[in-house]
Amino acid sequence: MLETARQYRRYEKSPVEETRAFLEKIRSEPFNAFVTIDEAGALRDARAAEELLKSPEPGALAGIPVAVKDNICTRGLRTTCASKILSDFVPTFDATVVKRLKEQGAVILGKTNLDEFAMGSTTTSSIAGPTRNPRDPSRTPGGSSGGSGAAVAAGLCAGALGSDTGGSIRMPASFCGITGLKPTYGSVSRYGLVAFASSLDQIGPMAPTARDAAVLFDAIKGHDPLDSTSVPRDYGPTELDGIDLKGLRIGVPEEFFGEGLNPEVKAAVRSGIETLEDMGGRVVQVGLPHIGYGVAVYYIVATAEASSNLARYDGVRYGLRAQDVHELSDMYARTRATGFGLEVKRRIMLGTYALSAGYYDAYYRKASQVRTLIAQDFRRAFSRCDIIAGPTTPVTAFRLDEMVDDPLSLYLLDIYTIPANLAGLPALSIPCGFDSLGLPVGMQLMAPHFREDLLLGAGISFQDRTDYHQEGP
Amino acid sequence: MKAYDTVIGLEVHAQLLTRTKIFCGCSTKAGLPPNTNTCPVCTGMPGVLPVLNRKVVDFGIMLGLATGCRIAPRCIFARKNYFYPDLPKGYQITQYEHPLCEGGEILIETGQGIKKIGITRIHMEEDAGKTIHDEKAPLSYVDYNRSGVPLLEIVSEPDITSTDEAVAYLRELRQILMYLGICDGNMEEGSLRCDANVSVKPAGSSRYGTRTELKNMNSFRNVQKALQYEIERHIEIRESGGEVVQETLLWDPSRGVTVSMRSKEESHDYRYFPDPDLVPLEIYAAWIDGVRSGLPELPLARRERFIGQYGLPAYDAGVLTQTKTVADYYEECVRLLDRPKEISNWIMTEVMRVLNEQGISITGLNVSPEMLTGLIALIDRGSISGSMAKEVFAEMAATGDSAGSIVEKRGIGQISDEAALRSLAREIIDAHPDEAGRYRSGKAGLLGFFVGKLMKATRGEANPKLASRIIKELLEG
Repeated sequence: MLETARQYRRYEKSPVEETRAFLEKIRSEPFNAFVTIDEAGALRDARAAEELLKSPEPGALAGIPVAVKDNICTRGLRTTCASKILSDFVPTFDATVVKRLKEQGAVILGKTNLDEFAMGSTTTSSIAGPTRNPRDPSRTPGGSSGGSGAAVAAGLCAGALGSDTGGSIRMPASFCGITGLKPTYGSVSRYGLVAFASSLDQIGPMAPTARDAAVLFDAIKGHDPLDSTSVPRDYGPTELDGIDLKGLRIGVPEEFFGEGLNPEVKAAVRSGIETLEDMGGRVVQVGLPHIGYGVAVYYIVATAEASSNLARYDGVRYGLRAQDVHELSDMYARTRATGFGLEVKRRIMLGTYALSAGYYDAYYRKASQVRTLIAQDFRRAFSRCDIIAGPTTPVTAFRLDEMVDDPLSLYLLDIYTIPANLAGLPALSIPCGFDSLGLPVGMQLMAPHFREDLLLGAGISFQDRTDYHQEGP
Repeated sequence: MKAYDTVIGLEVHAQLLTRTKIFCGCSTKAGLPPNTNTCPVCTGMPGVLPVLNRKVVDFGIMLGLATGCRIAPRCIFARKNYFYPDLPKGYQITQYEHPLCEGGEILIETGQGIKKIGITRIHMEEDAGKTIHDEKAPLSYVDYNRSGVPLLEIVSEPDITSTDEAVAYLRELRQILMYLGICDGNMEEGSLRCDANVSVKPAGSSRYGTRTELKNMNSFRNVQKALQYEIERHIEIRESGGEVVQETLLWDPSRGVTVSMRSKEESHDYRYFPDPDLVPLEIYAAWIDGVRSGLPELPLARRERFIGQYGLPAYDAGVLTQTKTVADYYEECVRLLDRPKEISNWIMTEVMRVLNEQGISITGLNVSPEMLTGLIALIDRGSISGSMAKEVFAEMAATGDSAGSIVEKRGIGQISDEAALRSLAREIIDAHPDEAGRYRSGKAGLLGFFVGKLMKATRGEANPKLASRIIKELLEG
């Protein structure tokens, strides 16, 4: 990304040519990474960027072709959430992150595929069909930001935006062998992100390298008055030269290396941690005693919020409306029965139940309390270490035809990623090795609130020393 | 028939007079074409987020302070989930477990003196849009102009024991809201809406009876009638050995009956939970102090002050402080002319009559405080009589002309008002017994002295010929 920016400035490349080249690639790509390609919009953005590049300080993103997950609103460009219920929905406004990208001259190539309403870990429940992993097209790219993950891994864009509610950026980053950052809750505006679980959702960058992810993160982060949960503070630029790891205390929680972790993944992550040690880091043992409840807590909080957030898709104002109905309740029921897919319905049902009178205390309130305990675990751990390292996912990308039809085992794929969402912490996934099939393994680094600088800095330094991130599909 | 105690609690929704909506920048202006005061936020488009309007909190704190509530140092917005076309998000943002204000009271006047009605809580929430059904088509339309207009919900304790008390409470609450300038108090247009929980129990019993909830009472009269109807219905059921069913009822004003809307079994499970899009609201002491310092004098305090400061009877003070605008008008008049009781009389009779006839509020009256006190001064000076002044006032109210110009135009100021001149002349003669005696004993030249006095007393407005004739008649008659 930074190299392209330099080439633009030296007039060795032009944004319009670059954009045309990416569009050409996207048109024939076999991974189904995109729901919508916006050729006209991209070329318009590219031409505008050429003007911008004539200014003295055009910024690192001017003319850089990026992709945006299709649950982030783009003005005038269809935003489907991969759902039948929004298959024709065209937003009247840009999400704050999209607005910021455009202001900085980025070229938006199109909208990437996802699990319906970002609920899933495989990018298979989309109305646009499943996305395939560029590392091995018979396998899933992970999810729910699988379209963004695949697009970045296949070189269909210079970087992409994803959203992460329980691991939806980091998991596909891990499965596709790229870098993905789930920022601190409140550091990137959610305005225009179609809500799945409002207290957990966060938009973040997905890119070939930590350096590129940092450039994208710097472009989208910052306070937004349109999002009450966005935190007003001084967001300085990320140091793109990496950081000196000397003396950096790396917390390694035992809980992240327990049962269910594939041995090859474990070995790759261990070797990644050793590399960090070789670079001067010091490993310390930390405990996260309540982390075992993470998945349970997550599936109560996330589904409860989702059941309410998805109530607006009722066929009244926009989106799908069931025809030939004569009663209001019938319209609601049939619109939602035909408009939502199985997993979305399952989560709405779960969440509705968890919030019901008589169950609220046992489920939602209890889950919120345990969530506080998990956040406390991290606070305690971060008093003893600077970053926490572990695996992003317990396994590598699995075959689409091997996919188990059991939601519980799919939910467990998020076991290592969910805690960062529950605690609102930033977490980065970077490639740290391969399994015996040559599939990428991701290492997850976590830091205290608003310490993305540590994560990206460590990620950049790690990638300057290793080349896992460069081994393309 | 046994004796029964009535137990009533009221839930009042007051639409706030903020310029913009509670969670977006749309105008709150009413009466515009459908769906023109809307944006992605108040129509619940995918991806939008609410941002709280600070003014709504200010208004909530104002009402909380005015009713002696505790203002919560930290309060939380919650989602109330239910499906209806005029509710664009499928949930209403309201407050549930941690409301803005709790534990206040409103004082009402009853036949037995002042009574305290407890305020359980006051919370902030957003209004829904309006659904309009076309029965003929059949089609339904939704207008989201009202969606997101801020409301305060004021919940009373079940301290109200009669329909009269319920109306008195509602009037008092409405008056406070209007005094604070945070709600226009218009029940017919729905800016002030009242729901009631009603039950009856055998007199003296401490166990509450089964309650019903009443909705759709859009005037004081309807509140009174609906509550009366419902209380009688409860008593009849009990007297005939039946049991009151817990349900929600709609008042049908045209038929004068309550109609079942939904039973307890059909009642919604609103699945309240804290709205994750809005952070907990911390209300620091300086915020409350700032609001407190800007708080206007409240009706009850002003009533007391009017009695003490202007020596008015309690009745006058009550009428004059009924609305803030009338009380303000009165005080402006008194500032201009120090005749508190006369001014009170004028406002309570002639001014109120005109307001009723024209169907306007005092701010729309053609007669300003300057003009009214000008008129009263004319009477004081004897330029016109009281009865003529009423005619002049009616013309002032109709035309907006001043008393002076009307009197002049009609030629009544030049002392065509013989009665007024005569009484003034009598006062002058009584005040000068020596001169009067000398005149009567032949000093005819003193006529000029008396006419001069009378002219002076009327500031030259008296007709000199008439003045001279009156004095002559009085001295010689």
